[in-house]
Amino acid sequence: MNGQAILDMLPMLAQGALLTLQLVFMSAFAGLCLAVPMAIARVSKNPWVSVWPRLYIFFFRGTPLLVQLFLVYYGLGQFEAVRASFVWPVLREAYWCAAITFSLHTAGYITEILRGAIQAVPVGEIEAARAIGMNATQIYKSILLPRAFRIALPAYGNELILMLKASALASTITLLDITGMARTVYAKNYLPMESFVTAGAFYLVITYVLTHLIRFLEKHLHPDRKEPVVIIG
Amino acid sequence: MIDLHGFGAQLLAGTAVTLQLTLAALILGLILGLLGATAKLSQSTPLRWLGDGYSTLVRGLPEFLVVLSFYFGASQALMAIASKFGYNEYIDVSAFAAGTAALGFIFGAYASELFRGSIIAIPRGQAEAARALGMSTRQTFFRITLPQVWRIALPGLGNLFMILMKDTALVSVVGLEELMRVTAFAVGRTKEPFTFYLAAAVIYLILTSVASYGLRRLEKRASLGIRELAQ
Repeated sequence: MNGQAILDMLPMLAQGALLTLQLVFMSAFAGLCLAVPMAIARVSKNPWVSVWPRLYIFFFRGTPLLVQLFLVYYGLGQFEAVRASFVWPVLREAYWCAAITFSLHTAGYITEILRGAIQAVPVGEIEAARAIGMNATQIYKSILLPRAFRIALPAYGNELILMLKASALASTITLLDITGMARTVYAKNYLPMESFVTAGAFYLVITYVLTHLIRFLEKHLHPDRKEPVVIIG
Repeated sequence: MIDLHGFGAQLLAGTAVTLQLTLAALILGLILGLLGATAKLSQSTPLRWLGDGYSTLVRGLPEFLVVLSFYFGASQALMAIASKFGYNEYIDVSAFAAGTAALGFIFGAYASELFRGSIIAIPRGQAEAARALGMSTRQTFFRITLPQVWRIALPGLGNLFMILMKDTALVSVVGLEELMRVTAFAVGRTKEPFTFYLAAAVIYLILTSVASYGLRRLEKRASLGIRELAQ
């Protein structure tokens, strides 16, 4: 191992880490926003409603992320209509292509997580809400969704970590995230072990921090699990 | 239908390579997973550390980074070893070998955790009964524990298999002529990226659908004689 080479690449990798984090948080947030309506449609009893999220999930979970990324980054440019339209300045950028693809991809997984969580809310709570006269919108807004978010949080945390690891693919469409930086460094110094192991260390640190962040949130959102405060006096 | 400009046969050939890579990595991954689980459950502390370290480390790294490290790192490592024996030529590691090793290594890390859980899930009394009947440790493992581990671990292994199948696309980046690489080649020739990446997506969808159907059948077969919980 060449210690100096590792020190030299740290600033570049830190810069890459910023891009990685941007992509991950952006897609995790956008993915969640997309997933909420899809999950509600997915649990619908009407087959004509639930079929669309089903197809969406089937596609995004059944194909590799790399194919999805290339479909957006290289594929959309095939159509003259896309190139002539106002969205082209956005879709031409590798950065936005990665952000969009990652969001759509993770949305498919989060929809399934939320569906499981919605179905895990005890039926009795919904019956109780109906009994006191809440309508469907109110039930979703104040009972089902808040409960579902809490139930889904650990799985959402897992998805966040998976997204962090999947974001390494951004380097295949020229973006300089952690992996992209590592590949650039390797192309210059020809030290594969140093370059990739150091990049790996960055990912491990981020994974570690994210896991604890989720655990903290989980504690915060579950006041019922806190130890009771005993006042002796 | 989609016009593939005569690249259909090449896409199929690429699909065949994808399948070969999946199978090779699966076999390596299952072996590594069993070894890892054995290490995690062993009496020796260093072995336990090794097993835990393996899965903790690999599960925290991007699959793509592991593939890149294996491909670029392997030739350097092999050359370093070979030079100790006086061989100083450049050694090129094939993308297929590096891809198999990387994907199998990743699969093994996840599978070791899965196997560990499944082995613990088997009631202790069964192994004790086998020992009481005079079976050796090895016989107990292969005749009593392993067949049941298979049944318990199968749903989890199925998920891992599907992930593995999709991860094979990563090996295209280091030059293996599998489905993604062949598709990129066709795109370069025809300048129709959407058509061809969509065709590749459809092929992956077919592969994963067939796999998930096969896995459900396997699960049913493995659970013959197991009562389902009364609902």
